[in-house]
Amino acid sequence: MTNAQPTPITTPPKGKPKLGGMARKEERSFYLFILPWIIGFLLFDAGAIIASFGISFTNWSALSAPSYVGTLNYSRLIADSVFYKAMGNSLYYGLGSVGLGTIVSFLLALLLNQNVWGMSLFRTIFYLPSVVSGIAVAILWIMILHQDFGLINSFLAWFGIKGPGWLVQPQWAMPSLILMSLWSAGGSMVIYLAGLQSVPTHLYEAAEIDGADTFQKFWTVTVPMMSPVILYNLIVGFIASIQGFVTVYVMTNGGPANATLVYGLYIYRTAFINFQMGYASALAWVLLVVIILITVVQFIVARYWVYYEGDLKS
Amino acid sequence: MQTSVVYPKRQLGIRGRAIAGKVITYALLLLLSISFVLPFLWMVSTSLKLSQDVFTYPPSFFPNSFEWTNYPRGWRVLPFNTFLINSLIVTLANVAGNILSCSLVAFGFARLNGRGRNILFLLLLATLMIPREVTIIPRFLMFSAAGLTNTLWPLVLPAWFGYAFFIFLLRQFFMGIPLDLDHSARIDGANNWQILTQIILPLSQPALASVAIFAFIGNWSNLLDPLIYLRSTELYTLALGLNLFRGQNFTQFNLLMAVSIITLIPVLLMFFFSQKLFVQGVSLTGMGGR
Repeated sequence: MTNAQPTPITTPPKGKPKLGGMARKEERSFYLFILPWIIGFLLFDAGAIIASFGISFTNWSALSAPSYVGTLNYSRLIADSVFYKAMGNSLYYGLGSVGLGTIVSFLLALLLNQNVWGMSLFRTIFYLPSVVSGIAVAILWIMILHQDFGLINSFLAWFGIKGPGWLVQPQWAMPSLILMSLWSAGGSMVIYLAGLQSVPTHLYEAAEIDGADTFQKFWTVTVPMMSPVILYNLIVGFIASIQGFVTVYVMTNGGPANATLVYGLYIYRTAFINFQMGYASALAWVLLVVIILITVVQFIVARYWVYYEGDLKS
Repeated sequence: MQTSVVYPKRQLGIRGRAIAGKVITYALLLLLSISFVLPFLWMVSTSLKLSQDVFTYPPSFFPNSFEWTNYPRGWRVLPFNTFLINSLIVTLANVAGNILSCSLVAFGFARLNGRGRNILFLLLLATLMIPREVTIIPRFLMFSAAGLTNTLWPLVLPAWFGYAFFIFLLRQFFMGIPLDLDHSARIDGANNWQILTQIILPLSQPALASVAIFAFIGNWSNLLDPLIYLRSTELYTLALGLNLFRGQNFTQFNLLMAVSIITLIPVLLMFFFSQKLFVQGVSLTGMGGR
């Protein structure tokens, strides 16, 4: 998984295979220094994942003792129409926000990479919204998307267009959230911009000598050189978007008519509103499996479009 | 541009195209900038309006009068001073915990050898892929068994055990510091702790500042954990308090916006004073920080 990192992970020289006294002492120090993380990993990550798996086979309200119910939670899940709805909503949101977000942030980075005057000012403007997040921003967007008094619909009204009830009509609610997510595209833009600026100029010069025009240079130099960064952003962005729910919780709380009930919100409700820890854990485990599957698929597909420098590829 | 046929023809064509390209670029940048800034201006404008001016049709972009008192009025609707103190406690404890634990772990991975190090490092990176929903239920049950729900502890403790993203960021930075410095310090009799605190950390201020900023912002706006763990109002953080405010005063958008803006001020200040560090942190790891 790590070879998708845009920054190469270089490993310091390895120790000798046979450990002498010095090396053994160093190994002790190594484990001592990373001890906080090991404890945290065992307690909060590995332990939690295993525990979650165990809990998914129980009926547990967190108030009384858990009772073993076998695979009941999983068979309930298969028959649960809300489960499919929530999974579908999350995939819709993930594909929409990550797909459009990648395009927008890449375009912003390309615009800024042209040695424009005031580049750092523009970068600040585009980056800032991605830094402020959370509930304050969600409340702001409730206003912006308001059917009658919102910023977007009053803008549309200038052109005589009557805007929809963004957050109250089921077919518009999810597109609204995706639109809103584009406001944070500046976060990935900064990453792309850093990547674009590290593409060696001699590649462009060589392409120019070969007679490439701007578009050819873009497709034969920029895109291949940036592809590892793009892949990384797709994977991380998708994982983040599929589990995010705070914005939805604040803005629509899953409505209207479950149109924005994303998977994370469904787990939250099941676990912390209805106190069905067992069923919520089953839901969480299915999410984990889905995320792993999607990530694996992304890596497999990546073989066909991601270019790694120094890779021997036909 | 095609019509100006002047010698040398081809060169001017290129220059003309370049100028046209520049014009389009700036037009796009300007348009996009406006649409990125507009929500902020709308927020400020709403926060200064009278209640009855918030919902007018058609909406006016500028407030009729500047109601600066919306800010103190909104702030007093709920015990926001208490929320602010709680937020500061949680956030600063997270920053401190992350800085300390992640420096230690990053130093281990960057400077010390031990069997299993590479596998452990892969495991560390893999934890970034675990969805929060999978771990949040067992974590809750664990803190609940320890009797720590409805306290600030569940929001603070995990930070003291390292966080993969920050560890990765610091490790990448530490590895850029020449090993010679360690060696000469070791010859002078320095131990690992001294090398970390007296050589590596002083040289890593930009990376540490990036970690501090990311940790601050991430925790400052965290709503999920306070929502799950905190029941008593006097323990609420600003984010959770704002959520309560929203539930109670859904129509008073001017006050809601005023308080929202106040909660964003620390983040905005931090951003404007340390934008370079943001960008550095991002390009050092290729990650966005969240």
